[in-house]
Amino acid sequence: MPELLIELFSEEIPARMQARAAADLKKLVSDKLAASGLAFERAEAFVTPRRLALVVDGVPEKQPDVKDERRGPKADAPEKAIQGFLGSTGLTLEQCEQRETPKGTFLFAVIETTGRDARAVLSEIVVEAIRELPWPKSMRWAKNSFRWVRPLHHVLALFDGKVLDGEMDLGDWKLPFTDTTRGHRFLAPEPFAVTGFKDYRAKLSNAYVVLDREERKRIISNEANQLAATARLTLKDDPGLLEEVCGLVEWPVPLIGTIDAEFMEVPPEVLVTSMRSHQKYFALENPDGTLADRFVVVANMAHDPKRDANIIAGNEKVLRARLSDAKFFWDQDKARTLESRIPALDDVKFYDTLGTVADKVERVAKLARELAAFIPGCDAGRAERAARLAKADLTTGMVGEFPELQGLMGRYYALNDGEAAEVANAVAEHYSPLGPRDACPSAPVSVAVALADKLDTLVGFFAIGETPTGSKDPFALRRAALGVIRLVTENDLRLPLDDAIKAAFDGFDSGVRKAARSLIVARFEKNEDPQAEPDLAFAVSKDLLEFFVDRLKVQQREQGVRHDLITAVIERGGEDDLVRLLALVAALSAFLETEDGANLLAGFKRASNILRAEEKKADTPFTDGFSAAEFVEPEERAFGAALEIARESATSSVAQENFSAAMTALAGLRAPIDAFFERVTVNADDPDLRVNRLRLLAAVRSVMGEVADFSRIEG
Amino acid sequence: MPDGHPRSTDGAGLAAPGRDFQSLILTLQRYWADKGCMVLQPYDLEVGAGTFHPATTLRSLGPDEVWNTAYVQPSRRPTDGRYGENPNRLQHYYQFQALMKPSPVDSQELYLGSLRAIGLDPMEHDIRFVEDDWESPTLGAWGLGWEVWCDGMEVSQYTYFQQVGGIDCAPVSLELTYGLERLAMYIQDVDDVYFLDWDGVPKDRGGKFYGDVFKQSELEFSTFNFEFAETDTLLQHFKDAERECMALLDAAKPMPLPAYDKCMKASHLFNLLDARGVISVTERQAYIGRVRTLAKACCEKWVEASAAWKADWDKTRQERLDNA
Repeated sequence: MPELLIELFSEEIPARMQARAAADLKKLVSDKLAASGLAFERAEAFVTPRRLALVVDGVPEKQPDVKDERRGPKADAPEKAIQGFLGSTGLTLEQCEQRETPKGTFLFAVIETTGRDARAVLSEIVVEAIRELPWPKSMRWAKNSFRWVRPLHHVLALFDGKVLDGEMDLGDWKLPFTDTTRGHRFLAPEPFAVTGFKDYRAKLSNAYVVLDREERKRIISNEANQLAATARLTLKDDPGLLEEVCGLVEWPVPLIGTIDAEFMEVPPEVLVTSMRSHQKYFALENPDGTLADRFVVVANMAHDPKRDANIIAGNEKVLRARLSDAKFFWDQDKARTLESRIPALDDVKFYDTLGTVADKVERVAKLARELAAFIPGCDAGRAERAARLAKADLTTGMVGEFPELQGLMGRYYALNDGEAAEVANAVAEHYSPLGPRDACPSAPVSVAVALADKLDTLVGFFAIGETPTGSKDPFALRRAALGVIRLVTENDLRLPLDDAIKAAFDGFDSGVRKAARSLIVARFEKNEDPQAEPDLAFAVSKDLLEFFVDRLKVQQREQGVRHDLITAVIERGGEDDLVRLLALVAALSAFLETEDGANLLAGFKRASNILRAEEKKADTPFTDGFSAAEFVEPEERAFGAALEIARESATSSVAQENFSAAMTALAGLRAPIDAFFERVTVNADDPDLRVNRLRLLAAVRSVMGEVADFSRIEG
Repeated sequence: MPDGHPRSTDGAGLAAPGRDFQSLILTLQRYWADKGCMVLQPYDLEVGAGTFHPATTLRSLGPDEVWNTAYVQPSRRPTDGRYGENPNRLQHYYQFQALMKPSPVDSQELYLGSLRAIGLDPMEHDIRFVEDDWESPTLGAWGLGWEVWCDGMEVSQYTYFQQVGGIDCAPVSLELTYGLERLAMYIQDVDDVYFLDWDGVPKDRGGKFYGDVFKQSELEFSTFNFEFAETDTLLQHFKDAERECMALLDAAKPMPLPAYDKCMKASHLFNLLDARGVISVTERQAYIGRVRTLAKACCEKWVEASAAWKADWDKTRQERLDNA
């Protein structure tokens, strides 16, 4: 069956948008073909910097005929109903069929639509797909109203080897469909006609265009590796750069250049960043893993000795200019100590009422010293020192030029100043982790500074009410909170978060306190005594702990931990130790997987349902504190005794953080509670008996509540 | 090289024929003039880029349907000053700018022709159009386009204007900007801007290098920009320019052209204050916003006033043509 070939030829499409555009074009056209009844065999999309192409195999030559049948009113229905039916179908009475049915004789309209020629449908589909293709950013040009990623120059549209009738109307200009395209901008600029996909692909290949981006990636990767091997080096793997570079060339030709020796003393991260982000060069490594003094650039011109030499020399020259700037900063920055740069942070604003970066550094240094007590092996003095130096590299020329090297440059400069290695490492690592997959610091001093920096940010923004809403999180507070969670849990820190938050809040000045106060007063104005001074630290900590729990649930969900179990443990109250919290959640989760656990949960629900109903009726809560002397039935006596044993055992196990023992203690309740519900009537006629049994149920609630709030557990 | 010229400058600092700094300018002017561009002269105020020239900012909006021009614009960027010590950075440099409205269909070919004209034959190099969207927060302007790379070096900015002064551009103009010093360093194969051959005259016979003209100037202006510009005066001048600009726009007969002069002044004053380091990160946004407000108001008033003016002028113009 015939083939549809489309090529949208434009000025250079941004590399980052190409893959997505190809996928979108394929989906748009495929969906439209399906919706038009044109079932096809296979569709494949291609993209280069200058063209988006799509080939669809096995498109039928015409749409299938469609027979549409509609039942109308009865043949003897009032004239008005019949006319209405005829009007809606566009048929005359004679054209309608009369059919006998069990309910009488009805009018039927049978409308047969002959399928249209595919060529006509395809012309429409091509235009619609072009109009609907979404771009992250699009533009107008000349006097046209049509928007596209960059000016669109021709639309090649072939069906079964012949050009489709049609055109793309841009508003001012029209682009009639064509069978003609062009090859490489410089190497094969002459237009040529094609007859189908095979011909198209082959001719493009002769015209210095590799149509398939995967193939371009392979070529780049293979040839770059070969160049590296010839120089006895290895290519530094960089899939992100490969994706980008394959979108900058139609005819990839990797070439190898040299970095001047004078730049090799500059930190390798600087060289790599400069080469990668500005120049799109691949870095190479020596056999010992150090950065080599060579780079690979991917040109878009076929090999030619003289031209290759030009291109390499040109790129080396550009790199020299770039790196001499970097080297200039490196030399300049090293001439001063990091410490001497701290005062300059007074001129760098952190945020509005939260003061300058110098203010932040002071707070973080104090907090890091306090947090050190909770981090095994952490030297408080070094934590404080590292915190004080952590932001100083922000005023260096290098970080001004390459902001993504913040922290990392600080380490180099700190080491250059003779600071202790763990201090220098903490300066580098204190921004980490920057997300769920970023490496999380584990060196004690680094952990202290990383935690202090994030807590300070979180507490500050929460105090002044700048909290994330919906998709808006301009200060990346969610990421900061996740950072705290990871630092604490992955390092098994027994850190009471409530205390840590309050300690962080202590560091803020009167301006922040005033802002926090007015926010809190406004919130509680209606039901609080305006004279009473609100406990600001308490209020901020309460909000922030809730935020941590939310983030913890999101993070744990990815690891398969149920959010309702986290809620159940949190609702037990007073839990701000994430390590203990997660251990308890894990034990609880394992317990609920057992038969005893599942049945006990059912028993708990039954008990609390009865309690809730009775409490509502009586309009009074029933509290724990049954009287064993009033028991009548053996099952309630046994249950009461089991509860006392479980209470003692669960309480002490939780206190000793032996959570599996606490679960075992609860498991002992399962048989007695089942027997109780089987044999004993809670709502006894004797009111005293009834109240005592309700108190027994209340005891179930409070005993199990020693471990978790089971009413929050779903299922 | 295309016509057998060696690319490099000889040992005595003399560029190959046609490759000296002034020849580069003359060649670009000739090229774009031949393509139908009006060659204008630089605007006589301090600006940060050729885009600020009213022939681009205002004319990309109205009133002419067709507007093709090319000119050199000295550009000042006080924070880029390096006291004449960095071979690649200047606080005062030259941009060559072409603006074509509406953007021509074969604009990329036209542009590549200009590279050939100055001796960069695309067949000898690796020319690439790399995404670079342009935005001027102070002008309330943005466009899509590329930076053009020659063997990895940015030789031009290529922008299809979408909005200027917050107003949609229709027709869309194409702006081409060449950084002249960088381009000259490339084609002369010189690694220090101060040793660009300016005039093609032998240096032992009075010929000049770029540094003969600008080395001292970079030192003095860097010192002035970073250390001596009086911040109180600058702040006052900024306020004055802002006030005057709005007053000129609010006058019974609004004067968007002089008002736009004041807007350009405000923009440069802000750049000087920035170089003096007296503007914090947060204040920075506020200042940019104030300049943008002026630019938008000027552009809006210009669109209004120039349409009325053009109607009158076209009548006079037609009469003259009819009588001829």
